Amino acid sequence: MKIRLRLFAVAKQAAGSDTIELELPDGANIGRLRQALVEQVPKLSGMVDRMMFAMDAEYATDETEVQPNADVACIPPVSGG
Amino acid sequence: MIRLTEREIDTSRVLRDAKSPEAGAVVLFLGAARRITGGKVTEALEYECYPEMAEKKLAELEDEARGKWALQECVIVHRLGRLEIGEVSVAIAVSSAHRQGAFDAGRWLIDRIKEVVPIWKRECWADGTEEWVHPGLDTNRTSGGEPAP
Repeated sequence: MKIRLRLFAVAKQAAGSDTIELELPDGANIGRLRQALVEQVPKLSGMVDRMMFAMDAEYATDETEVQPNADVACIPPVSGG
Repeated sequence: MIRLTEREIDTSRVLRDAKSPEAGAVVLFLGAARRITGGKVTEALEYECYPEMAEKKLAELEDEARGKWALQECVIVHRLGRLEIGEVSVAIAVSSAHRQGAFDAGRWLIDRIKEVVPIWKRECWADGTEEWVHPGLDTNRTSGGEPAP
């Protein structure tokens, strides 16, 4: 399945785009997506372990199954305030 | 009440919105763009967010704060885009019958915002370089802002 991943801040900077498409096996979880992201954007290796991911605007864990039509986002450590 | 805005935050309005006849205490917290971080000089800050999730998380924090403390009003406004030094990046105003709840809720809210709300700032240093601030991320050779709690 093809997943459209939204990127922000340093992740967006590293990828040079605010979204990327990732090809994942059906039923893949966020952990697998994390791996696919670093394969496609090698600049993020060393950082990707510290990033969170969100599905439909809610924090997900590595075990969360990626839903093909969900709004999936990479959330680097936040720095608002 | 929560709001994300690209415009300058009207702090008088935030304070006014937090007042209530039942409130004996109103606490206002302002976060502002600071000139010096770790010995380096900041020219400006740029904030971006994941809008749908930032609004959702801020609303959840308001609900959670209202569940923990008996608040009359709870107003959170976060600025986005480019901020010059001294400009307000976040305003939190909470009111309660007595001061304890308002102080505690205000402190808790800013701490939680810095932990869970998907908003990011970029340091635009005076030397012309720029750097996203991500507390705890190894690639940050220079950390910006306050250390994560």
